[in-house]
Amino acid sequence: MSNKVYQTADDALFDIRDGAVIMLGGFGLCGIPENAISALLKKGTKNLTCISNNAGVDDFGIGLLLKTRQVKKMISSYVGENDEFERQLLSGELEVELIPQGTLATRCLASGYGLPAVFLPAGVGTEVADGKETRVFGDKTYLLEYAFDADYALVKAWKGDKYGNLIFRGTARNFNPMMAMAGKITIAEVEHLVEPGELDPNEIHTPGIYVHRIFQGNGYEKRIEQRTVRPRT
Amino acid sequence: MLDKFGIAKRIAQELKDGYYVNLGIGIPTLVANYIPKNIYVTLQSENGLLGMGPFPFEGDEDADIINAGKQTVTTLPGSSFFDSAMSFGMIRAGKVDLTVLGAMEVAENGDIANWKIPGKMVKGMGGAMDLVAAAKNIIVAMQHTNKAGESKLLPACTLPITGLRCVKKIVTELAVIEVLPNGGGFKLLERAPGVSVEHIRKATAGKLTVPDDVPEMLIH
Repeated sequence: MSNKVYQTADDALFDIRDGAVIMLGGFGLCGIPENAISALLKKGTKNLTCISNNAGVDDFGIGLLLKTRQVKKMISSYVGENDEFERQLLSGELEVELIPQGTLATRCLASGYGLPAVFLPAGVGTEVADGKETRVFGDKTYLLEYAFDADYALVKAWKGDKYGNLIFRGTARNFNPMMAMAGKITIAEVEHLVEPGELDPNEIHTPGIYVHRIFQGNGYEKRIEQRTVRPRT
Repeated sequence: MLDKFGIAKRIAQELKDGYYVNLGIGIPTLVANYIPKNIYVTLQSENGLLGMGPFPFEGDEDADIINAGKQTVTTLPGSSFFDSAMSFGMIRAGKVDLTVLGAMEVAENGDIANWKIPGKMVKGMGGAMDLVAAAKNIIVAMQHTNKAGESKLLPACTLPITGLRCVKKIVTELAVIEVLPNGGGFKLLERAPGVSVEHIRKATAGKLTVPDDVPEMLIH
């Protein structure tokens, strides 16, 4: 098997060029590819189109790439947890396409399953439906939604082996498995990179066939957006 | 008249044993605090968790376990995690029994507007459009009127629509209202304690059917 293991995020992202379309896993700041984002920041890659459920916060996640004006377009379901995003949107510097969350996830899924398009109900009768083909099944109307075409998928997993098999943890799974399946080149960063055989095949969430490059991430901050607790009684 | 906790308590009475329920952000989230003790309800969080537990004890927060409002939560015995495509898949396939959402406006045909106010910063629809397009039973928790005192129960939505003909019931500080099928309009089911039918009529701009006898809500 060809070697999928890269030593650093910089090595793994070596060929991402200006203008690339990249998917980034994560929900809010949970399960985001922290190391890959740092590498993009360092590389200074520009005019990126980012497909990601959210756009980070001012000083973390994709928010870091917005601050350095590396993002041309965001394709997301919920944004605006950061002031810089709002400023760039209102000034016209940043293009934003808003997509219902389930539609976003399913369009990634379609890519990974080799489906050119799927019929989905979200957004029927709303501005999301503008210009889209519709079809009625039973008594319900659906929109024709196309699979994404992304150059790269940057995903974050809990554990991975050198063949690219991935296991996610908790709700940090979110968009990562579908995006891993959808990238023309999928780059996975993991908290624990292990030898083939160390992961139980029964517990693999994403088979290595979908993962082209993998590296051991480090320095994970795993920032919490809304720390909510109850007192010990 | 009810406060937001009263609205949540009244909605909790709609839960049945064995229900899988998705609670939106705001008043809907409070419903979890009033689930009757004699039934078992599983909460779905659309970022990929079934069997959502309470907030963690101080010091036990886990950045990998959050709810759709990005708050740290916990799991319970029998919880499961899954990806975002499966999460909306189970909603679309009608596996989730009840969805409780907030709204800015509801129309008498069940249309809902809750994601965008023209002229204000648009943050996105998140999972709202997926939920309203697919959920089989949607209850809206909201105030009967907006801050300007104008009715939020309208003949037609004035704000950008989130989904069409999907709301089945509305619980406000004044009333429990059913949305009749086939464009039949609103029907008053219950009054909040101390609220008159006349008061509810005045606060409802859409077509409202008022039966002869409208009982007062029982809030425990």
